[in-house]
Amino acid sequence: MAESIPADAMHAHDDHHHTEQSIWSKYVFSTDHKMIAMQYMFTGMAMALIGGFMAYAFRMQLAFPGIDVPGYGTVTASDYNALVTNHGTIMIFWVAMPVLIAAFGNYLIPLMVGCDDMVFPRLNRLSYQIFLLSAIVLIASFFVPGGGFGGAWTAYPPLSAKSQYSLTALGSSFWLVAVALEFTAFLLGGINFVTTAMNARAPGMKIFDIPIVVWMIVVASILFMSSVGPLIAGAVMLFMDQNVGTAFFDPDKGGDPILWQHLFWFFGHPEVYVVLLPAMGITAEIMCVFARKKMFAYKTFLYTTFATGILSFTVWAHHQFVAGIDPRMANIFTVTTLLISIPIAEMCFIYIATLYGGSIRLTTPMLWALAFVAEFLIGGVTGIFLGASGADIYFHDTYFVLAHFHYTFFPIAIIGTFAGFTYWFPKMFGKMMNDTLGKIHFWGTIIPFNFIFIPLFVLGAAGQHRRIYNYEHFPELAGVEMQDMRVLATVSMLVMLVFQLVFFYNCFISWKKKQKDAGKNPWKANTLEWTTDSPPPHGNWPELPTVYRGPYEYSVPGREEDYFPQNVPD
Amino acid sequence: MRPIATTRMAAGIPTGRLAIWWVVASEIVIFGGLLVSYIMHRLAKPEWGDHAANTNVWIGGFNTFVLLTSSLSAVLAHKAAVNGDGPKAAKLLYATCFGACTFVVVKALEWNMEISHGFTISSNTFWSFYYTAAGLHGLHVIAGAIIMLIIAETAKKNLELHRVELIGIYWHFVDIVWIFLFPLLYIAK
Ligand code: HEM
Ligand SMILES: [Cu+2]
Repeated sequence: MAESIPADAMHAHDDHHHTEQSIWSKYVFSTDHKMIAMQYMFTGMAMALIGGFMAYAFRMQLAFPGIDVPGYGTVTASDYNALVTNHGTIMIFWVAMPVLIAAFGNYLIPLMVGCDDMVFPRLNRLSYQIFLLSAIVLIASFFVPGGGFGGAWTAYPPLSAKSQYSLTALGSSFWLVAVALEFTAFLLGGINFVTTAMNARAPGMKIFDIPIVVWMIVVASILFMSSVGPLIAGAVMLFMDQNVGTAFFDPDKGGDPILWQHLFWFFGHPEVYVVLLPAMGITAEIMCVFARKKMFAYKTFLYTTFATGILSFTVWAHHQFVAGIDPRMANIFTVTTLLISIPIAEMCFIYIATLYGGSIRLTTPMLWALAFVAEFLIGGVTGIFLGASGADIYFHDTYFVLAHFHYTFFPIAIIGTFAGFTYWFPKMFGKMMNDTLGKIHFWGTIIPFNFIFIPLFVLGAAGQHRRIYNYEHFPELAGVEMQDMRVLATVSMLVMLVFQLVFFYNCFISWKKKQKDAGKNPWKANTLEWTTDSPPPHGNWPELPTVYRGPYEYSVPGREEDYFPQNVPD
Repeated sequence: MRPIATTRMAAGIPTGRLAIWWVVASEIVIFGGLLVSYIMHRLAKPEWGDHAANTNVWIGGFNTFVLLTSSLSAVLAHKAAVNGDGPKAAKLLYATCFGACTFVVVKALEWNMEISHGFTISSNTFWSFYYTAAGLHGLHVIAGAIIMLIIAETAKKNLELHRVELIGIYWHFVDIVWIFLFPLLYIAK
C-alpha cells in the first residue's frame, strides 16, 4: 500500500471507471462501496420481509388460536417458538444492522467524506459475502431435522445448550453459527467504516466538519466491536456445550447458566445503541435539511453520544433483575439505567432545538424523521419504568417489555430506514419518489404501528406473559377483553403490512422513470454526496471535492441561497 | 487501479496500522470475555485449584519461552524491514514461524498426555476452559504463522515491507494473550 503518496496526487491517472465490467463483477463481486451498500440494503429488506412474514404467522396464532393461517398453515407450538425466536433475531441482526449500519454506512461514508471508495474495498466485499452466508445458514436452520431453533433470541442455556430440552439439536447450532458469522461480517465491516472516516476524508474536512450520520455509524461500529467480543467467546462456549460436551453453562459439572446471560447482555444492551445511533444520525441530517437550520449543538450531540456509548456498558444487568442477582447489585444497575436516559433525552432536546424557529418542510423523509423522535420517546420513557428494579419484578417478561422494545426498535429499524431511504433515494437511483404515495405509506405505517403496540402495553400491564403459544390455556389471561386487544393488535399489523405494498409500488414506479429526474441536489442540501451526479458514477466524482466548511450551514445571514454546500469556496 | 481513498492519511496514521489495531482490539475483547468468565469462576470456586494442579508448569513455561523468543525475532524482522532489508526480514519471520510450530507441537504433545490421564474437555468446567482458551489461542498462533509465511514470501522480494510491522503487532498480541493464559491456567493453584 503506497501510504506515502500524498493524498490525491494520483488524480491524473484516475482511470478506474473506464474498464468494462461483466454482470458478475459489477453486481456480485463488485468492490464498489455503492454496490455493496445496495447488496446489504436489498438483502436486509428481503430479510425484513421474511421476519415480517414470521410475525404475521405467530400474531395470527395469538389472535385466533389454532386457525389455519393463510399462506402458512397451522402454527404448532414448536413452530411458534421457532418463529418468534427467529423473528427477533432476524429483525435485529439481519435487518437493523445490515440496513442501518452496513447499507447506509457503505453508501454514505465515502460520499460524505469525499472520497472514491472505502479504504479496504476487498475486505468490504468479503464482509458482505460472510453476511450473505450467515443469512443463508440462518434460513437453512429451518429446514434441518428438528426444525429451527426456538429458545428465544436471547438463547439462554440450558434450553439452548441441551438438545434434550430444545429438541432442535441442529437448529440451535445453525442459529448460533449464523449469528457468529454475522458478527464476523460486522467486525470486518467496522474496520472500513472507522478507517475510512478517519483517513480518507477530503482535503479540508476537519473532524468537526464530518456529517453527524457518519460520526454515528463510526461510534456505533466502535461500540459494536468493543461489546461483541465476550459474546463471541460466549458463542464459542455455547457451541462447544451443544456439540462437544463441555460444561461452561452446565451446573452439574461446575458451570453456570447465568454466565451466558451476562455475556449476552453485556453485548445486548450496547447493541441497542449500535442500531440506535445510525438512526439518530439519519434523523439529524434530515431535520437540518428540512428545517433549513444549522444543527443545534453539533459538538454537544457528539459528546453526548460518547457519554451514551460509555454508559451503555454499565447497564446490562437490568435484564437480569429476576435472574437471581444480588438485590444490592440490582440497585446499582437501576441507577446506571436511569442515568443513561439523560444523554438520550438530551439528544432528543437537541432535535427539538434544531427544529425550533426553522422553516420546516413536511416532505416524506421529514415526516419519518419527526415520527422517529416522537415514537422513540415512548420507548425510551417506558424503559425508565423497567429500569426501576422494583417495578421490573412485575413487568419482567410481560408484553410491557415487548411493547417497550418495539417502541424503540421499530422507530430505529423501520422508521429510521424509511427516513433514510426516502431521503437518499434520489441520490441512489436518480429519481424523485412520489410524495403523495410516500405520505400515504407513512400514515399507513405509523397509525397501525401505534394500534399494534399500545394494546400490548395494556396487556403487559395486565400481566400477560411473553412467549406463550396459546392464552386459552391460561384462564386468567383468556378473558374476552384481553383477547379483543390481541385481535386488535393482529388486525393492525395486517393493515400495516398491506400498506407496505404502497412503498414497493412507489419504489417501482419511481425507478421506472415515471418520476422526474432528481438532479444533483434536489433537497438543496450541503453535504458532499449532493455535489455529484445521481446516481454517482464509479469513483463518485470526476474530481474529488475539497471541503471549506461544516455540513450544516443553512440560512447563513448575508447569503442569497439558504444553503452553503461544503465544497463551495467562500 | 486502487481507489484514491486507500492512499489518503487524514488522521496521520497509516491505514494498515489503524486496521491491525482494530483487529487486535476486537480480539482483546473476545479473549477478555473468555478470561473474565474464567476468573469469576476461579474466584468463586477454590476447588478449581486442585484441577489446575494437574497441569504441567514446566511444559507451559517452555512454551512461554518459545513464544517470547519468537516475538523477539518478529521485532528484529520489523527493524530489518524499516531498514529496507526485505530478505533479512523474511528470514527473521521464518524464525518466528519456527517458534510458532514448536509451540503448537509441544502443545499437542501436552494435550495428548493430559487426555491420556483422563482430563478431557468434558471432564468439568475447569478443563472446558483449559482446552477452549488454549485451543482458541492455538488457532491464533496457527493463523498468524500462515499469514506470516505469506508476508515473508513478498518481503523476500522487497515488496510491501510495511506489512512486516503489521504482522508483528498481531504477533505480540498473540504472545500477550499467552502471558495471561499461562499464570491463569497453570500457575494459579
Ligand atoms: C435504544 C433504544 C432501546 C432499545 C432498542 C431497547 C431494547 C430493548 C429490548 C430488545 C429489550 C428486551 C429484551 C428481551 O428481554 O428480549 C429491552 C428491555 C429493557 N429495556 Fe430497553 N431499549 C432501549 C432503550 C431503553 C432505555 C432508554 C431504557 C431505560 C432508561 C431501557 C430499559 C430497559 C429495561 C430495564 C429492560 C428490561 C426489562 C425486562 O426484561 O424486564 N431501554 N429493551
Ligand atoms: Cu438493556
